[in-house]
Amino acid sequence: MTATTSSATATAREPRAPRRGARGRAAAGPLVIRRRPRRNRRSVTLTVLTTVMLVYTLLPLAWLVINATKTQEGLFRSFGLWFDGDFALFDNIAGTFTYGGGIFTRWLLNTLLYVVVGAGGATLLATIAGYGLAKFDFPGKKAVFAVVIGAVAVPGTALAVPTFLMFSNMSLTNTPWAIIIPSLISPFGLYLMWTFASDAVPDEILESARVDGAREFQTFFRISLPLLAPGIVTVLLFTVVATWNNYFLPLIMLKDPDWYPLTLGLNSWNAQATTAGGEVIFNLVITGSLLTIVPLIAAFLLLQRYWQSGLAAGSVKG
Amino acid sequence: MTTTRRHALLLGAALSVSLFATACGTSGDTGSGTAAATRSASADDLQAALNAGGSITVWAWEPTLKKVVADFQTKYPKVKVNLVNAGTGNDQYTALQNAVKAGSGLPDVAQIEYYALPQFALGKAVTDLTAFGADKLDGTFTPGPWNSVHSGSGIYGLPMDSGPMALFYNKDVFDKHKIEVPKTWEEYIAAAKKLHEADPKAYIANDVGDAGFTTSMIWQAGGKPYKVDGTKVGVDFGDAGTQKYTAAWQQLVSGKLVAPIASWSDAWYKGLGDGTIATLVIGAWMPANLETGVKAGAGKWRVAPMPQWESGGKATSENGGSSLAIPEGAANKQLAYAFLKFANVDEGVRTRVDGGAFPATTAQLNSPEFKDKKFPYFGDQQVNQVLAESASQVVSGWSYLPYQVYANSVFNDTVGKAYISGTTLQDGLKAWQDASVKYGQEQGFTMQ
Repeated sequence: MTATTSSATATAREPRAPRRGARGRAAAGPLVIRRRPRRNRRSVTLTVLTTVMLVYTLLPLAWLVINATKTQEGLFRSFGLWFDGDFALFDNIAGTFTYGGGIFTRWLLNTLLYVVVGAGGATLLATIAGYGLAKFDFPGKKAVFAVVIGAVAVPGTALAVPTFLMFSNMSLTNTPWAIIIPSLISPFGLYLMWTFASDAVPDEILESARVDGAREFQTFFRISLPLLAPGIVTVLLFTVVATWNNYFLPLIMLKDPDWYPLTLGLNSWNAQATTAGGEVIFNLVITGSLLTIVPLIAAFLLLQRYWQSGLAAGSVKG
Repeated sequence: MTTTRRHALLLGAALSVSLFATACGTSGDTGSGTAAATRSASADDLQAALNAGGSITVWAWEPTLKKVVADFQTKYPKVKVNLVNAGTGNDQYTALQNAVKAGSGLPDVAQIEYYALPQFALGKAVTDLTAFGADKLDGTFTPGPWNSVHSGSGIYGLPMDSGPMALFYNKDVFDKHKIEVPKTWEEYIAAAKKLHEADPKAYIANDVGDAGFTTSMIWQAGGKPYKVDGTKVGVDFGDAGTQKYTAAWQQLVSGKLVAPIASWSDAWYKGLGDGTIATLVIGAWMPANLETGVKAGAGKWRVAPMPQWESGGKATSENGGSSLAIPEGAANKQLAYAFLKFANVDEGVRTRVDGGAFPATTAQLNSPEFKDKKFPYFGDQQVNQVLAESASQVVSGWSYLPYQVYANSVFNDTVGKAYISGTTLQDGLKAWQDASVKYGQEQGFTMQ
């Protein structure tokens, strides 16, 4: 009796332990000692290369920020990488949210809906399925593996048109379901969770939990899930980015601007410049693009820690 | 799901209404059953459909339609019009074709540009409007657009706007360098040289290869490269008209006298504002775009007749413009046609003209109110005088390919090379011709 209770408390505390353990190892393990001298030998080539990469990645972002402060006329009369005389960022932001009866807000909410339900659901499904495949043996597992690997290789773009025809038969086009349902499937996320779960959740823990009489779902939610957290966050970030930036699928599925995500909406604003009689609103397109990436940047900064440890987990154990 | 059901109900309603209408009006007509009911849709039928009400979906990107839809709903309170911007040009055609293929999600009305309409007409993707009495509208529209909506004996759309071409020019630039506004293409080339010499940053025009512009130029020069008779199609860019165009335009391209800027890009809008692009030979719908997109050019731009191939000539062509058509699978065709008529023939035209659109209807084009309107943007010039005149001088007999959307999509792979390498425009056009013929054969057309 006492043995079981103590092991139960041990397992209950277990969730937080491995993460602390992993970080502890990285900070104090022998690896670091070996690495220290290398850190002092600075490579000029590497520094230059990294700086070039840094500028290369930050330049478009800087351009976006700078040009979001310009008026429509200001965009044309000033140098692209420096500010124009009048600072119109706040006017532009106000304009973005009020233009066309405030449709931008609607697009933002649509995108949030697709991301929360689509990417959230995809992560949940990938986690459950990946865990199941990693920790249980059942007939046909190899076939499932083959299908998943095959699915990773097929680009989503190639499936968009067949999916459209199928959804059209089911009268699901032009509804949010047309975006959410295909977003729920993430073969890559599933594969990632599968490999992650086989390493991050030791079989011994599961066995001891079973010995202690925990049901499978209980084991999953109370023991495995916390262990899987870094992997889950990684998959979540992947699916959030994919859904947030999704363009081709909504382009094919949606015709009603009321259901557009931000990507399609901004494109339709941009297309006004190529229309006879259309109003040219490049300033709002640029400001809208900036506002569109802000939540993504925030998500990355906030979840950076998990993201990195998640990536590392995959690479170390490979 | 709800939409489909609603449409199905409406279709039923519309059918019963039209059946009822013909049943009442059969005194002089021995109409037989359903076939007659769908064939003969008189003004009464349309009125009945409007009174019965219902809902239609309109796919269009033309901005002035918003007001037209609002007015239409006010006038016919039982009708609900769902105006959807399903993409501009190609995006929308792809969506439309997808919907045709899927057999669902079709709109009741779709905006289709003149160059793209034959493709939909031949594929029977849009309805022949003669059944609704569109053939009685002869003379309502200017010849260019009216001819463009015909395919064989059918009429597949009602013209919404038109783009008779004219020369838009930046008067400040011409005055500054003391250049005369060109009346012929010869003078135009001379002006191009003079301008670029005087200011190496300034160009007479921009061109990196634009299928719509090139075909319109060949059209004006009297070229008829496309011969279309049902499914028999001929493509020949070797005719005299085409050569007249290539001989002239080649001088501008070879001499690097046209700015390497794509139309509708941000650089284009910039160039139009700061005087580095001095002229635009373009459709009559351009004023609205200049007013909203090139605010820096206010007061500087003017409009002159399109340069001519012969001194004193009076030949123009059409550039752009769209029609409203009814997809074959549309649920509520009667109501859709009633909307087409309202928007493109009746009250809607006026609304759209006030919103800056250029009409395709002769009545509007000839009204003094339209012609005498002064445009502050153009230094109070009455630009519609020039543009309306151009509309009456469009060279007749032009036709587009029944797969022009595809052909235009490969324009840059073929003719586009003439702008960046040593190929000539004429060679480029030959390559375009070959690509078009090849595609036509693949699609089952009889190529001549």
